[in-house]
Amino acid sequence: MMGALPPNPQNIFGKMMMLIPKDEAELAEAIVGTDTPLCIKGGGTRGFEVEGSVLSLAGLSGIELYEPGSLTLVVKAGTPIAQVEALLASEGQRMAFEPMDARGLLGGGGEPTIGGAFATNASGPRRIQGGAARDYLLGVRFVDGMGQVVKNGGRVMKNVTGYDLVKLMAGAHGTLGVLSEVALKVLPIPEAVATLSVAVAELSVAVQAMSAALGSPFDVTGASYDPETGLVHIRVEGFAPSVAYRQDRLVEVLAAFGEVSAQGSDANLWRGIRDVSKFEGRVGDVWRISVKPSDAVILAPLLGTAGLLFDWGGGLIWALSTEGTDLRAKMAQAGVTGHATLVRGSAETKAALGRFQPQAAPLEEISKGLRQRFDPRGLLNTGLMG
Amino acid sequence: MEMPVPDPAILTRKAHLVTRLSAVLPGDALIEDERETRAYECDGLAAYRCPPMLAVLPRTTEEVSDILRICHEEGVPVVPRGAGTSLAGGALPTADSVILGVARMNEVLETDYNNRVIRVQSGRTNLSVSGAVEEEEFFYAPDPSSQLACAIAGNIAMNSGGAHCLKYGVTTNNLLGVTMVMMDGTVVEIGGAHLDAGGLDLLGVICGSEGQLGVVTEATLRILRKPEGARPVLIGFDSNEVAGACVSDIIKAGVLPVAIEFMDRPCIAACEAFAKAGYPMCEALLIIEVEGSEAEIAHQLSLIVEIARRHNPVELREAGDADEAARIWLGRKSAFGAMGQINDYMCLDGTIPVASLPAVLRRIGELSQDYGLEVANVFHAGDGNMHPLILFDANKPGDLEQCEAFGAEILKLCVDVGGCLTGEHGVGIEKRDLMLYQYAPVDLEAQLLVKDVFDPKWLLNPAKVFPLGATKARRSAA
Repeated sequence: MMGALPPNPQNIFGKMMMLIPKDEAELAEAIVGTDTPLCIKGGGTRGFEVEGSVLSLAGLSGIELYEPGSLTLVVKAGTPIAQVEALLASEGQRMAFEPMDARGLLGGGGEPTIGGAFATNASGPRRIQGGAARDYLLGVRFVDGMGQVVKNGGRVMKNVTGYDLVKLMAGAHGTLGVLSEVALKVLPIPEAVATLSVAVAELSVAVQAMSAALGSPFDVTGASYDPETGLVHIRVEGFAPSVAYRQDRLVEVLAAFGEVSAQGSDANLWRGIRDVSKFEGRVGDVWRISVKPSDAVILAPLLGTAGLLFDWGGGLIWALSTEGTDLRAKMAQAGVTGHATLVRGSAETKAALGRFQPQAAPLEEISKGLRQRFDPRGLLNTGLMG
Repeated sequence: MEMPVPDPAILTRKAHLVTRLSAVLPGDALIEDERETRAYECDGLAAYRCPPMLAVLPRTTEEVSDILRICHEEGVPVVPRGAGTSLAGGALPTADSVILGVARMNEVLETDYNNRVIRVQSGRTNLSVSGAVEEEEFFYAPDPSSQLACAIAGNIAMNSGGAHCLKYGVTTNNLLGVTMVMMDGTVVEIGGAHLDAGGLDLLGVICGSEGQLGVVTEATLRILRKPEGARPVLIGFDSNEVAGACVSDIIKAGVLPVAIEFMDRPCIAACEAFAKAGYPMCEALLIIEVEGSEAEIAHQLSLIVEIARRHNPVELREAGDADEAARIWLGRKSAFGAMGQINDYMCLDGTIPVASLPAVLRRIGELSQDYGLEVANVFHAGDGNMHPLILFDANKPGDLEQCEAFGAEILKLCVDVGGCLTGEHGVGIEKRDLMLYQYAPVDLEAQLLVKDVFDPKWLLNPAKVFPLGATKARRSAA
């Protein structure tokens, strides 16, 4: 029982307050016992706050099961990512999807959690090779808007038993249910990492260079371009002899596009790309735009932005833009399909433009139908996704 | 196998439905003759058969939309069908249903090497997707063993895997976008050549929904550049435990092979008798394949061999060239044929945590004695996806039932040790009634809610995935 918490916090305190359940059962009770909208909070570092009583997952923390030989980890959703990473590193393993740490970019504190990473499908530079966060999520337990505890998936790598609600929960930003536990696939930390840099002035040439690298047999795990430094970065990972070999071969592939230099492992460089640290402290809205790489060449010049960073071989555009500018309108003008998320912006801009790309009417109807059924009272991060 | 009672009201309106469908389809796209509809009476799970009322073979998304709109208006169930290779009865018709086959929709719509994607119509076969990009040395990674015949539509419906998914993932990890027709005829576009469709991950829930949420007519798939080369090593052990420990150690050491295949003694014996691949007779065989340049392959194989030696293998055979590699794979690739020559067999598909491998194999051996049916195990050990093959005699009364009961016990065992009922074949009708063993009613209810949203009248691919009891109220209300 959650004895310490009043049944209807809003009335007693006359303002919104925080619910901090200690375990899944209390989480379910908290949702059953509330009739006010909830702002679901993992570490609160990713900027997806909504109006409502804060429901914090900080109490649901801890490792449930770790089997390094099966590459699987089961953790409670509120477990800090730092704790997960430390445990994995002790066995020479890691979360391969490189979840962004958004604290620098958004200028906030807090402690990023594993549940937050999956709820937002936070995927870093390795997305192009190893997949997104959702591709590593094997199973979930969550509490839906009616306070029911639901499980889906499991802790094995291959599982097609029934509908895949695991994927549906990844990236649902808590609007279909509150994650209480996640099972994920982890991978070994490679023995060696190398980064090649290519000096390229033109975006179109940069995208061609990245396409050439990604279309090579050399298993590139990062392909990014920063127009301000004029450098394309290409990452390879693996056993040391393998990395040395592929680096040499990629130099041959990339030489046609510009001067190539080797950067060593350069973990800071890739962390900076993952976290878009170049926009830290710079004024303006920050957008995250997913397009097919060749469309980046068409779209980028039309964005009229103060800063750009390209990841995923050009397919992910990070844009720093004048406050209140609607970059989705520019995508439409350019005839480019994909989606743009307003990651950083004032409350007014978020309200005016919406954080997520509006969907085509039939898809919006499906999404609305899912939200209504999983959260019929409209309590979970209401309005965040539509 | 219990199936819903055909709706007599639908059967009496067959002629009316034929008239309506004929108005929107070319003459050769509609099959109403009972001798011809019989061709669609079953899929790869041939023990269960039921000819559909009609079959339609559209060529375009528009035709699919017209068919579904009409069937929706008429309240007629539709069973989507790719190539009909499902081992789980995923495309088994009901007598009052229309089979919607996508086999004629097999065009490549766009090949884009710069963005590393291909867009195809969903009836195209899995292997011919790779075939379409082979000249540029690209390939489509998911490789179910039926890849010569199976269609992308079915791969998406079942979220198919394959031997190489340890490295490259299964269908859902390689699917970027779909054109899908909803049961009411609405055409939706989800995702595309960009990564991670916006909004809720609808693509993620459609993949693996066994054709119950919509009919996928086109798909955008990720294509990859082929590795420079690949080579296997064959390692024999005198116990399943040791082989299992070796797999675990290889994974822990940071080597990520593209495939780790495991065969037990009965399987080795059957394959050897059939294919004469020169396999050693021992308790457990591992075939481990790695990729890369010649030097990279040599390096990875040396690491694997070093780990294997610590486990005292009874046999260790590295492929020196393509011929030797082919010989190592020969037995494994003929496993199903080899079993088929001995008797009828049922192929199971449960997945278990890799660490539980020895205990599960031991228990399967005990159950085999109890049921008096032989079983051979061949499976993807890296990801714990088992394929026990139970031998039975279809002509012997009661044998199929015994075999199914044995199979159910094995699948329950998989769930008991923390695994699942099916790793890549799907639930279909075959494992429908075991769903409540893996999931609580509240877990299934959450899945049914998704179906309610996509197909409120419950017309698409009826009687699959969920126990009939769990869906009865919904089916009769719709």
